[in-house]
Amino acid sequence: MTIDEVKIGGLGARRSRVEDNRFIRGMGNYVDDITLPGMLHMEILRSPLAHARIKSIDTSAAMAIPGVQLVLTGELLASRNLAWMPTLSYDTQAVLATDKVRFQGQEVACVVADDPYIAKDACEAIVVDYEALPVIVNPTQAMADGAPIIRDDKENQHDNVVFDWEVGDKDGTDRAFAAADVVSELELHYPRSHPSPIETCGSIADFDRATSKLTVYMTTQAPHIIRAAVAMVAELPEHMIRIVSPDLGGGFGNKVPIYPGYVVSILASILLERPVKWIEDKTGNLISTGFGRDIYLRGQMALRNDGKILAVRMHTDSDHGAFFSDAQPSKFKIGLMHSAFACYDIPVAHLTARGVYTNKAPGGVAYRCSFRITEAMFFQERMVQVAADDLGIDQAEIRRLNFVQDDDFPHRTPFGFLTDSGQYAKCLDIGLEAIGYEDFLKQKEEARKNGRLLGIGISTMTEPLGAGNSREYDILGIKMFDSAELRVHMTGKAILRTGAKTQGQGHETTWAQIVAHELGIPADDVVVEEGDTDTAPFGMGTYASRSTPVAGAAVSMVSRKIRAKARKIAAHLLEVSEEDIEWELGRFYLRSSPESGVTIQECATAAYSNVPDGMEPGLENNAYYDPPNLTWPFGCYITTVEVDPLTGVWDVLNVVAVDDCGVRINPMIVEGQIMGGLAEAYAIANMQLITFDSEGNCVGSNYMDYLLPTAWETPGFELHEVVTPCPHHPIGAKGVGECATVGGPAAFVNAVLDALKGTGVRNIDMPLLPDRVYEALTEGHDVSGAPPTRTG
Amino acid sequence: MYPARFDYAAPQSIEEAVELLGRANGEAKVLAGGQSLVPMMKLRFASPEMLIDINNIPGLAYHSADPDGTYRIGALCRHVDLEKDENLASQQPTMAAAAPLIADPIVRTRGTLVGSLCHSDPQGDWASVMSALGGSIVAQGPNGRRSISCIDFVTGPFQNVLEFDELAVEAVVPAPVGTRAGGYLKLERRVGDFATVGVAVSIEFSGTQVTRAGIGLTGVGASTICAGEAATMLVGQDLNADNIDRVAVLAAEISQPRSDHRGSEAYKRHMVATFVTRILSKLLPTTQKVA
Repeated sequence: MTIDEVKIGGLGARRSRVEDNRFIRGMGNYVDDITLPGMLHMEILRSPLAHARIKSIDTSAAMAIPGVQLVLTGELLASRNLAWMPTLSYDTQAVLATDKVRFQGQEVACVVADDPYIAKDACEAIVVDYEALPVIVNPTQAMADGAPIIRDDKENQHDNVVFDWEVGDKDGTDRAFAAADVVSELELHYPRSHPSPIETCGSIADFDRATSKLTVYMTTQAPHIIRAAVAMVAELPEHMIRIVSPDLGGGFGNKVPIYPGYVVSILASILLERPVKWIEDKTGNLISTGFGRDIYLRGQMALRNDGKILAVRMHTDSDHGAFFSDAQPSKFKIGLMHSAFACYDIPVAHLTARGVYTNKAPGGVAYRCSFRITEAMFFQERMVQVAADDLGIDQAEIRRLNFVQDDDFPHRTPFGFLTDSGQYAKCLDIGLEAIGYEDFLKQKEEARKNGRLLGIGISTMTEPLGAGNSREYDILGIKMFDSAELRVHMTGKAILRTGAKTQGQGHETTWAQIVAHELGIPADDVVVEEGDTDTAPFGMGTYASRSTPVAGAAVSMVSRKIRAKARKIAAHLLEVSEEDIEWELGRFYLRSSPESGVTIQECATAAYSNVPDGMEPGLENNAYYDPPNLTWPFGCYITTVEVDPLTGVWDVLNVVAVDDCGVRINPMIVEGQIMGGLAEAYAIANMQLITFDSEGNCVGSNYMDYLLPTAWETPGFELHEVVTPCPHHPIGAKGVGECATVGGPAAFVNAVLDALKGTGVRNIDMPLLPDRVYEALTEGHDVSGAPPTRTG
Repeated sequence: MYPARFDYAAPQSIEEAVELLGRANGEAKVLAGGQSLVPMMKLRFASPEMLIDINNIPGLAYHSADPDGTYRIGALCRHVDLEKDENLASQQPTMAAAAPLIADPIVRTRGTLVGSLCHSDPQGDWASVMSALGGSIVAQGPNGRRSISCIDFVTGPFQNVLEFDELAVEAVVPAPVGTRAGGYLKLERRVGDFATVGVAVSIEFSGTQVTRAGIGLTGVGASTICAGEAATMLVGQDLNADNIDRVAVLAAEISQPRSDHRGSEAYKRHMVATFVTRILSKLLPTTQKVA
């Protein structure tokens, strides 16, 4: 009688992803697959210079090309008060440049034409007369005396500072440092990286003059935020705007911000009263859309001789590019950087942060980082290794010594977060066992005698995922809750919609599994829809590993509401009172006579055909979920490497990951997320570099220079799990999407530096290219990836 | 991709292709595998008025040895044809070492060796290999065929001595004098990455004595670098640790790398020497046991 939950695709089922059925057969429906009658094509002309005054723009030759319908410039936009738009961080960003260009790749003009070839030809025919200005490509230059002011468009902006921000207890930290036996120091650069989804950004704006309704098909991870933003920017009524985010070819945070291309395609459609499609090319995507990282971190750790950490000081100098367009909770200027050191029992800490403008593309949060947590945890785990080396303590031991203990939750972190659960030492032990820690240390000693360099690196961290609670987390004032709407049809099949937006995470599979778990309706009987603001309930979208913690919780809660109503219907059908019936998966039964019962499907039928007197018919509901706290998954990543002393090339020998993300809804999807994250971590540590020359030219504007790892060089990963249920999430789940990207890089870097132990090298900046490793090894000094910076 | 407008022709014979090239008067590009040309057209770095697609010309996909050991690679021989040829290692060890390192598996299924030589990218692997082997290119023009040594073929980055009405129809590797051995090593950050440094070494020996030697360097100059001067030091000698060392140092001196995001000049020179040493040291036992 009892339903086997795994068989119906409930919690814990390794259910194949239902969306893959169309994806792997080339039957997905992406923005670029959509063709509307009468549709025109838009192309963007981008600035070749990083900082220049625009003296004139001559569009006459472009306009003369047959098939060109419209050429838009900043001047035209300004006449409609659309030349500038608000960013998600209370700054402004140029839609099309009017006064000057501020980064290479900035949008200068747009051409709308009958086909994309003509649009591209016409862009080449636009003549822009630039007067080059001095260029700033890093925080040191931005803060130098006499530096040109990049944002001279802003009143009261007399330097290049975006913000100065601090958190923690400065005095307490100073006191702890004064009492320390040892102070360790570290300074590093986390290089700029790019989300690089396979699908670039794009939109089709379709303004219907008959109804005055604007429909925009758009590559966005957060359609509802976009709707609100479009309402504000374009001054259109929100109910006359429909944003549809169809299948997305990856996002990784790239598709959270609002891009000029979206805005101009909307204006063009309104002006021409025809649909206008804009699909960014790969180079455009690489040089202009929201990047990740690009931040200088330095700090000190105060320690006792036995390895106990007493306090931490941190300072960050972040490079935000020309516009502060980070998508992050508005209360925190440097994301959740202050989640650093959360897995360690550290009494006190202090963080100062300065953000600056430079002549580089805006961004700063995107790329699977959960609001700067990637940088926080990288610094944390590099700092811990440096401290262990300074003290001559084993790198596993120093972590174990400082971990928050299993019985010490909830635990207040030094920066004020409240962690809720975890078994940190257990995860570490499993990881050490799996990698063969003690044996490897012996092998390493032996290999040294033969001139071979082996190294092992550990990275352990807990991170806050699932913003937010609405007291503390909002974007543009919109609180970061999420929602789900469930309609159970009369045959017991159902449709579920949420305010999140899958872009590869597998929501269509996972959400149905939560419904199956809560209601006993087989997952295959639940269809999941997301991304259409006219049908989906309001939500903040999918990024920062927040979907399962927030929207997933809403799915549980709405299912429970449905179950509560079904219970009343069941009592009616069984002709007893509600108190006399019990629930088991998929079925209500009489307590006194368990063989008598009704299934959830029978309740659904009755909801439309036989409801008790006074009850509204139907079986549908919605739920808004405002999480009481973030969720705190834990990850332990251990890697072993061999460094070739003659070339600096390092090969990965083994990678072990132990992840505790609470209850796993679909373990296969979780494992996929972790493997993808580790591949990205490996790429960041090993090869990825998007940098700028002194003129602000982007080096890394194509996939021959900016490298994505392939199956050929990516090492294999051995995965392990520990389950510590989240105490406040309805099904005990925690976020996991970003854990391995966040925690992984330090494991690779720590391993390479461990191989170099004894040379005096404390740091090599990522990516650990062979020439950097070789230089460190042969010259015995640290290798910086960028010029040093000091502003604090 | 949205390249600039171009015309397209698909000749059925070499003669027809040559005629089309002549008529286009320098505004045409030949399409073989298209693995470099098409991306350049996509980015509009290249905007030829006409593409002459030679893929319909029969009889150009070969790679084979003449009875005397001369090795010929036709203009439509794909990288993958060489990579999958199990006999290549015994006949052409340097080519066999390079074939699986050309770009990535996807590019290798379409790209051609001759096309790669004509593209004349200083990062091209085959140009170094052919230069080490003393190979040549056969070009056919309106007045017939001529043979051009690979060393003289490239004149600069993406530039070669082909006339606008000439089609490169095959690459030729001369028969070895004695036994041929060699290797190719490449430092790349990822499969399919351009070489930070690539080194091709070929030696031929009779008994234990080196009869001919060649070294070609990839990615360490404005075009492929022939380090023949270094290699010829070995001719007439038995290979040993001493002369390997000297050849490596000289090859590094001959290289002309520039510091960039792939590595510093000094590091690249060091890698040239390291790779020369590694390849020759690996060949050392082979040359010793022949006698």
